Amino acid sequence: MTFEWIKIPQSLLTLFIVLNYGLLLTALVQKIAARAGRRHGIPIWQNYVDLLKNYGLRTNITHGVMYYLGPVFRLSGGVGLLLFVPTIYGSEMFSNLSFAGDLILALYFIFFGTLGMALGAGESGHPHAAIGVSRGLSQVTAAELPLALAVFSVALQYHTLSVTDIVAAQQGGVAHWTLVTNPLAVVAGMFSFLGSMMRSPFDVVLAPQEIPIGPPTEYHSSYLALMQTNRAIFPVAKMVIYMNLFFGGASSWAEFCLKIFLIYMVSALVGVVFPRFRVEQSIRWFLTWAVPVGVAAILLV
Amino acid sequence: MQQDDVVEPRVPVKDELKKRTVKGPDGFEFEVDPIHDYYCDARPEVRPGSYLKIVEDLFNWARSESLWILGFGTGCGAIEMRPLMTPRFDAYRYGIQWRPTPRQANLFVISGYLSVKTLKRVIRSYEQMQNPKYVVGLGSCTVNGGMYWDSYNTIKKLDEYLPVDVYVTGCMPRPEALLAGFEELKRIIRAGKGEGANLYAKNFDWYKANQKRVIHDWDMPDYNW
Ligand code: SF4
Repeated sequence: MTFEWIKIPQSLLTLFIVLNYGLLLTALVQKIAARAGRRHGIPIWQNYVDLLKNYGLRTNITHGVMYYLGPVFRLSGGVGLLLFVPTIYGSEMFSNLSFAGDLILALYFIFFGTLGMALGAGESGHPHAAIGVSRGLSQVTAAELPLALAVFSVALQYHTLSVTDIVAAQQGGVAHWTLVTNPLAVVAGMFSFLGSMMRSPFDVVLAPQEIPIGPPTEYHSSYLALMQTNRAIFPVAKMVIYMNLFFGGASSWAEFCLKIFLIYMVSALVGVVFPRFRVEQSIRWFLTWAVPVGVAAILLV
Repeated sequence: MQQDDVVEPRVPVKDELKKRTVKGPDGFEFEVDPIHDYYCDARPEVRPGSYLKIVEDLFNWARSESLWILGFGTGCGAIEMRPLMTPRFDAYRYGIQWRPTPRQANLFVISGYLSVKTLKRVIRSYEQMQNPKYVVGLGSCTVNGGMYWDSYNTIKKLDEYLPVDVYVTGCMPRPEALLAGFEELKRIIRAGKGEGANLYAKNFDWYKANQKRVIHDWDMPDYNW
């Protein structure tokens, strides 16, 4: 197999678009959530300013090698997830580095950043970081179960592990989407989606009012800026997977933006309506409500 | 404590800060000296801005538009911050957000009187913030002691212990006054005059002497990184 070098600048372009879209989108969703609380919320460009400020801080201190690598792992998790999944269906330019078995790799990448973060936050030596990480890992693990079941169900349904093929099979109108052909898997996947977006009711891990903001307690300056960059890329990358698996993918950037926004709004809407779960409550919720749906999706496919 | 013959601060070291021998899970014994092992004892340095004025101006603009307040309320004034977070005044509109950890915050609002006990925590938190950082003194108590001027355990002039950028006077200043103070702080930062962290580093000995004059149970290193 020959590698085409043109793929590298093309992937970087995807990354650039997604980064900017992610920064604006998270601010927009924050604004919408603020409106639900009758506030105006942050300005739409606030994320850019915060990023610039954090890169511009004059001092930073380190707690060791893993502390450095934590944000790097986190960012590579987000970027890797994005780059190994086709962003725009049918576009040679934005299919990135996707290949035949990329679905498994994507599952792995979703988890990768969290693990890297766990090591980094552990080394920072702050008790809040350690507690935050153990809470985060247990919650993310529980939320990952229904997603894995949903993914297997979809893979069984289409007899392939390639995201491109799964998107191809869903072309030709809404009636062909997994949402219609395999609704149980979509429900299980979306339950898991709620759990992994770090919004209420599953945001106890990062909530400022709980164990002060959890894993990133000790992170500041450029480290924090790296993590903020990832917080813009990672949710979008994750939603690209959901869009590709369940909602027919996107064949143009406009369709992409719209679908990602709507998927994000699912978690935002749930977030402004429901209060926060404690970790053991959310794990129980995933195990009693989401996992059975995932199992049913596999049995019935 | 306004005596001239400064008493050398007694240091009643707490148990958990004492030097001790610890046995690891593998049976290996090693010595731990918390004050020296857990903290960095490097002095703070004056950090100049970027070489290019235009870059520094850009950063200053970003700093002024992204004020992250450390969520640490010291006195009555802390109660006035809540209306700022909620729909009535909504300070988020102006790029002002709250952070629960000093590492990520760059603005410390000393919200009212400071007892000596709190001052100790304030110093530790302030020193953990990253350069550049700003301090806003809220209420008369931070200016001259306010109604606590003859109290036995509050400090009077905040300026002697930490470099203050803006004072917001009143007892209690209303949230509007606080917002006006933040706008003033933004002007100061944009003009490149928000250099409190460097001032602190430059006059480090003076600040430390002042701090140690009132804090008698000084059982922490001189610089809390
Ligand atoms: S200035 Fe007044 S309101 Fe503020 S801390 Fe002092 S006594 Fe309390």
